[in-house]
Amino acid sequence: MSDQFWMIWPGNAVASALILFAIAMPFLYAARRLVHDLLHSIGRMVGGPLRLGARWLFATARDMKERNSVVLLAHGREEVGQHIEREFERISALVTRDLEGYPALQRKLLEEITRVEEDYKKCGEVPPPPPEWVEAVTSISKVKSDSNEMVQRILEEIKRSVHTIHDKALGEYRRAYESRHKILNGFMPFWRSLDKTFGQVDQKLTGLQQTSSKIDAQMEKYEQINKKTDKAEHALTVSAFTQFAISTMVLLIAVGGALVNFKLIALPFSEMVGSGDYLTSTMRMSDVAALVIIFLEATMGLFVMETLRITHLFPLIANMNDRMRHRMLWVAVVFLFVFAGIEAALALMRDMLSADRQALVQSLASAKAAAPDPLLRLIPTTAQMVLGFFLPFALAFVAIPLESFVYSLRTVGGAFLVMLIRATAFLLRVLGNLVRQLCRVLIGVYDFTIVLPLLVERLVKAARSEGDSSESRPVKRAA
Amino acid sequence: MIKRLLLASLLGLSASTCTDQRSHTQAVYMLIDTSGTYAQEVGKAQRIINYLLGTLQSGDSLAVARVKTRSFSEKDIIAKVTFDSRPSQANAQKRAFRDKIDAFVKSVGGSAYTDITGGLIQGGMYLNETGAGRKTILIFSDMQEELDKVTIRDFPINLKDIRVVALNVVKLKTDNIDPRRYMGRLEAWQKRIEKAGASEWVLINDIEHLDSMLRS
Repeated sequence: MSDQFWMIWPGNAVASALILFAIAMPFLYAARRLVHDLLHSIGRMVGGPLRLGARWLFATARDMKERNSVVLLAHGREEVGQHIEREFERISALVTRDLEGYPALQRKLLEEITRVEEDYKKCGEVPPPPPEWVEAVTSISKVKSDSNEMVQRILEEIKRSVHTIHDKALGEYRRAYESRHKILNGFMPFWRSLDKTFGQVDQKLTGLQQTSSKIDAQMEKYEQINKKTDKAEHALTVSAFTQFAISTMVLLIAVGGALVNFKLIALPFSEMVGSGDYLTSTMRMSDVAALVIIFLEATMGLFVMETLRITHLFPLIANMNDRMRHRMLWVAVVFLFVFAGIEAALALMRDMLSADRQALVQSLASAKAAAPDPLLRLIPTTAQMVLGFFLPFALAFVAIPLESFVYSLRTVGGAFLVMLIRATAFLLRVLGNLVRQLCRVLIGVYDFTIVLPLLVERLVKAARSEGDSSESRPVKRAA
Repeated sequence: MIKRLLLASLLGLSASTCTDQRSHTQAVYMLIDTSGTYAQEVGKAQRIINYLLGTLQSGDSLAVARVKTRSFSEKDIIAKVTFDSRPSQANAQKRAFRDKIDAFVKSVGGSAYTDITGGLIQGGMYLNETGAGRKTILIFSDMQEELDKVTIRDFPINLKDIRVVALNVVKLKTDNIDPRRYMGRLEAWQKRIEKAGASEWVLINDIEHLDSMLRS
């Protein structure tokens, strides 16, 4: 069909369009009300559900945020509770350890104090008073000797005796003081011991005080969480985001380790299970088997961490009685050792296979390579074996960042989901408004196209209303 | 106990049904032209075979056959092997294969005629028997077929889903006089191979390109 079929004026598209438009105008004017109603209906039909959907999504996002907040606070409460519990355990251990020695310490202190008191009392003893003969000497000294030779001789005799006795008493007095000085000198070690003991007591009490202040801080946090304050929620959210970032980074490092591990055992596994079967178009069964071994090692590591109560991913393990838990721990450790041994052997096998392959390639290339230094061959072989043995144990620690990742993922994922739902709701709302506004614009455009008939209509209406008013004026006047 | 056994067998069954049943191996059949002066090129063919031995993996198949007066015969297969799934065994098989080829290269003699078609039919049959996922026929020849009066080869052949690679297609003296002969010969072979249902026809004169071709 020719593309000019619509042209009333062949060869002149503009004129043809204008004529067609002029012909269509009365019909468009006649259908004005219908078209307006149709556009309004379309606007309501499309915009209404969009706005409704947006409202529902906003409500869902609000609910989800509340639920996330409840979960976050519950998790935070549990975490802080555990922290407080640990601090109390630490205090309990500290008190048990330190206060166990307190009776002995007290006894020692009392003994030392008693001894010091006794010694002090001994120091306080005065020298024996002068004998009673001093009074006799006083009386004799009052006797008048004059020139009585006998009296003089007696007095001299007495003087000599007194001097002798004085010297003796003075000596005894000095000896007594000397012994007291010795006792006082003996105080020193006791004082030092007392000082040391009191220092220990002070140190322990300070430790207790520090731990109790930590508990105070945790208790405050716990109270804030219990009160569901915004501050606590914000702090927990930030903490969850940080944990998520850190655990993701550590897990990525662990994935790198697992890949190295995979490289070590993939080739020998193809020797064991064959390399002909494929699970998918690119994944060999031998590779899958190697991966399964690595996952098993990680699982055993996880069990070790669970049974040691370092992680709490499985409540069933955490709630086991100690005997059962210890048994499980030993089983997991034994498995880990077995896997580590197998990996070391596989690493050796890999080295042998690689060497064989290298020799074959060299013989096919008919290039005679020099025999490598035995030491140079030994180092990579040993390194591979050591790596093969220790990587399973290193992988065991993945459980710790994994736990952080799992718990923080709930918060981070929840926050992202809320954000996504809000964004979708916003988009729906904008779309709904856009559709309604678009319908209004279309109505305006439609009216614009039939502006001439509308002008005529307005003029007719104006003329009619003037006519009506002129007719009604006499009536009014009459009225 | 019975429940556990049932569960284990169910798991095993589901695992076996989940595996990819398609063949991921590849099979290569190499035809070596030993007719006339082209027999001198056998050293190059040996290098290509060594290269193939270094490239092919466990589970892959390799066969080397000679092209002589009549080549549609198992007797013309010099050596054939399907590599064991264990890498160590596969390496041992590769060494044995290389020894066979070395012995062939030392004792090779020229033939009067060149039956490439017969070799292709034999190669197609061998490759289909292997059940490999990717099948390739390498023709180490100048692609100048010469048949005696008795040998009949002018009938359609079947090389469905097989890739055919012409290697080291040297120019003959007559090609140097009129290069259209060389082009025409290759074009005729391409038409014939494509008519036989081959998945691809490739001409490789540089061994470096063989690596990328085998990997694809």
